[in-house]
Amino acid sequence: MARPLINVPAKVKRGQVFEIKTLISHIMETGFRYTTTGQRIPRDIITFFSCSYNGEEIFSADFYPAVSANPFLTFYTVATESGTLEFKWIGDNGFSETASVPVTVE
Amino acid sequence: MDAPGTTRREVLIGALAGGLVATFGAAPARATPDEMRAAIRKVVGTAQVRKGRIDLDVPPLVENGNTVSLVITVDSPMTATDYVKSIHVFNEKNPQPNVIGIRLGPRAGKAKIATRFRLADTQMITAIAEMSDGSFWSASAELIVTMAACVEGL
Repeated sequence: MARPLINVPAKVKRGQVFEIKTLISHIMETGFRYTTTGQRIPRDIITFFSCSYNGEEIFSADFYPAVSANPFLTFYTVATESGTLEFKWIGDNGFSETASVPVTVE
Repeated sequence: MDAPGTTRREVLIGALAGGLVATFGAAPARATPDEMRAAIRKVVGTAQVRKGRIDLDVPPLVENGNTVSLVITVDSPMTATDYVKSIHVFNEKNPQPNVIGIRLGPRAGKAKIATRFRLADTQMITAIAEMSDGSFWSASAELIVTMAACVEGL
């Protein structure tokens, strides 16, 4: 349902700063909207995102309702060792999604 | 847009503006510039916030407030001893003053992030960066919104 898309270069050189692009499909319902019958639509957002590189957290973010639907985030990291990048999204109503991507450092 | 007479787009924008007044007339209280300052205080504490070192790349004119691109670059060498610890983004007039809070460190290599966010009205947004030496830096940008977020009917 909420398959994340992650874009990382296939091979990076040691010490190189590379870009990580992430996109996850999520409605990000703000909790500030009403139906036509005047009922408030309950909030349903992703509240937390983190990225770990070989087990060490290198980046994390708190999302608020002002983040657009299908949250997109790009950031950078330095290539140290070959290994995996692990991504985690946590949200309302028990939402949790993880993904991992291998990194090859030459 | 420069066609004479009333275009379909103008009619639509007019209709939306009417809807905006109707929607927000009875809507819960929205964040104010004061609330934004309070939210910023919560992050920076009593520290002094200086202007500069942040490049805020946002479109000056926003056609659709539901997805506004945001690129933040902080001027920092990102070494083990001199790096950006966090970046927070605030708005003045959405229902809540916070947009996003980001924590990073020397392993980022480059203090640059990109994301997309919502804007409920024409307003000013402010980004605050916390450096490893404890100093805070800020940058603001004014955005004009033609179609606001949260007005679409269901």
